[in-house]
Amino acid sequence: VTTPPPDPGIGRDEWVDREVELRDKAARVEQLLARLPVAGRLGLVVAAAALLPVVISSDYIVRVAVNTLIYALLALGLNLVVGWAGLLDLGYVAFYGFGAYSYALLSSNQFHLHWPTAASVPLIVAASALLGILIGLPSRRLLGDYLAILTLFFAQAFVTLVSNANRITPPGHRGAVDFTGGPNGIADVDNVHLGSHAVHTVRGYFYLSLIVFVIVVAALYSLNNSRTGRAWRSLREDPLAAQLMGMPVNWLKLTAFAFGAAIAGLTGTIFAALQVGVFPANFDISLLITIYAMVILGGAGSMTGVVLGAITINVVLEILRTPDPARMIFYAFVAAALLTWMRPYRRLALVLGGTIAFGLLAHLLVTWLAPAATRGEPLGGGFLGHLTNHWVILLTDPTTPGNIAYGALLLIVAFLTQIKGIWRTLLIGPTIYLAAFVWENRLVANPSVARLIIVGALLVALMNARPQGLLGTARIEVA
Amino acid sequence: MDWSKLAQLTVAGTTLGCMYALIALGYSMVYGILKLLNFAHGDVFMIGGFIGYFVYSALGGPLTPSVPVAILLMTMLVAAAVGCGLLGVAIERFGYRPLRNAPRIAPLISALGLSFLIQNSALLAFGASFRSYNTFELDNGRLFSRGIHTSLVNVSLMRLLVIAAAALLMLGLMAYIRYTAVGKASRAVAYDREAAEMMGIDVDRVIATIFFVGSALAGVAGVMFGLIFQNVYHYMGFVAGLKGFTAAVIGGIGSIPGAVLGGLFIGLAESYADGYLPQGSTFQDLWVFFILIAMMLLKPTGLLGKADIRRA
Repeated sequence: VTTPPPDPGIGRDEWVDREVELRDKAARVEQLLARLPVAGRLGLVVAAAALLPVVISSDYIVRVAVNTLIYALLALGLNLVVGWAGLLDLGYVAFYGFGAYSYALLSSNQFHLHWPTAASVPLIVAASALLGILIGLPSRRLLGDYLAILTLFFAQAFVTLVSNANRITPPGHRGAVDFTGGPNGIADVDNVHLGSHAVHTVRGYFYLSLIVFVIVVAALYSLNNSRTGRAWRSLREDPLAAQLMGMPVNWLKLTAFAFGAAIAGLTGTIFAALQVGVFPANFDISLLITIYAMVILGGAGSMTGVVLGAITINVVLEILRTPDPARMIFYAFVAAALLTWMRPYRRLALVLGGTIAFGLLAHLLVTWLAPAATRGEPLGGGFLGHLTNHWVILLTDPTTPGNIAYGALLLIVAFLTQIKGIWRTLLIGPTIYLAAFVWENRLVANPSVARLIIVGALLVALMNARPQGLLGTARIEVA
Repeated sequence: MDWSKLAQLTVAGTTLGCMYALIALGYSMVYGILKLLNFAHGDVFMIGGFIGYFVYSALGGPLTPSVPVAILLMTMLVAAAVGCGLLGVAIERFGYRPLRNAPRIAPLISALGLSFLIQNSALLAFGASFRSYNTFELDNGRLFSRGIHTSLVNVSLMRLLVIAAAALLMLGLMAYIRYTAVGKASRAVAYDREAAEMMGIDVDRVIATIFFVGSALAGVAGVMFGLIFQNVYHYMGFVAGLKGFTAAVIGGIGSIPGAVLGGLFIGLAESYADGYLPQGSTFQDLWVFFILIAMMLLKPTGLLGKADIRRA
């Protein structure tokens, strides 16, 4: 064994060396993380999460944490179907709803059934998987697009069914039967109970969902590294090649569908028990879009990614409910976006300064010209609210001008994506100001609509800017 | 057998079918060219209904129209067609064109996001309440009292107008696709985009034109929806879009006569289900869903579709 000759150091560059060293340091941290076994990493996260209800006394925050876990479970299941197997399943929420309604029917006074959880949940999970196979069957020979439209229609059909199945006359039966409670849903659903132990509190449900989460993550992790998981990935990359290699493509699609449906069904049972009731509106298309946004933001195909996506989106949407924190999120997002994309810093300083000056000037001018029309108060108040009160024009009657400004904002943003160079830099300031105007005057007052608009816009923007999401693989093909 | 009921249901179904056919045409043409499910198409239909409503109100509404009724209706239809056509071009330009070479899931998810964005923007701007066209009051109700009234069947003038307008538009579209240069170019692009590009066809322009035409038809359908069913609301596009797409699939996606046939089929099926099945009206969506499943099992290529719909 010969020792390598000492590095002569010819053609070395100080700057390059420094960059390489920095990169190596980052890589070493990554390696350290990678050396930790997966179970260890999961354990760390779960241990940190398990401490949450102990540290935090507010039941509201624990409730948000439970919702986040439920969303994370849903996102994991959808990731299996979309991210791994590459099937566009738009009926995913219907399986979630099926699980929730089944649990509610088997453990409430609707039919005076009160099954033990240990019996009902496995049955529901199996039934959800079976339903998934049934829905996947008609489109098994067809292309992904047909699957998408069929499953989307299935989601709609499910909502129609449960909102109207409250006065059905079964053949051979006298009088109408109330199956699902119609639009009023089913209330007074039993808690999850094993023997004499029942989960009563939000904290209890937090630990229950955490346990289910760990089990699902572990199962999915081993599934992903199994023969089936590899087969799904090859199916996603190139279905034709997969078929040529002798893979049972149709069967693989159906199993992916069934697994996704089973996870959704399982999550549905937790949701029904947690909410102590189920309503048709819980399972509408906005939920579907939200889960898709989580999967896409985190990066379809990456388990860590979709869980992070679920946490981010659910927490942000939760914060948007109250005006003052919502305002902080808005300005923080604008600042972060500028910091990330604006280079060099000279230009960033110019744009920021220009925007602030533009706003102050516009505010001064408009309040001077029309003092009666600009007597709006910042919703929610707070320090930032008072600060922006001197910058953003707050209208006394914001509805119509707010709507017009919203339309103009959409147009300008679309226009911004088409121009480059100095014009773009010049236009960014006024656009931010217009966005702030729309935000303060119109969106803050309508958090429920604003949330949905943001989710929709996020999907479109992500697909255009970074389709792989934060941690996703570069390319996901849909068969 | 109650012939009168059957005839009446057929009339209702044909009207509904014409609307679905107009929506299905847009889906089918876009799918034929881009192989893309344009989920936002149903929401373009909804925007059409609202544009019609606002033009209607601006021209005096049902009670005090400032122009003759014929001109009023015409203006509404044209405004909705132009407005929605431009919206369709914008959707393509900003939502789909940047993603034309992306993995196939990207434009689908972008379409989903766009649909959601448009629907909720409408909710923000127009509110959650229903807007009523109230066409019964228009022209002293003559649009509904006139028409064909026999012992067998009643067809109001409004329905006749809607059916005639839809039929005229469909014939016009077929002629447009068949005989004009742009129509021929669009068929060439649908057949083989790369080859068409090499032959000097401006593919971007053809696609934009198809989006304009398809969305304009959806806008017209939106106004017709308001004229017949009176109310327009922000979520009306979702279910109508689903059924329009089902119509396109049933007729054979990519085929223009197929889309018309599929639309009429769905409209009639829904109408008969309404009349003859127990609780047909509450479960209309379900019946159409079952038709879709049955069609996929029996003849996945649709009534007039070609055998091979595999993407290039």
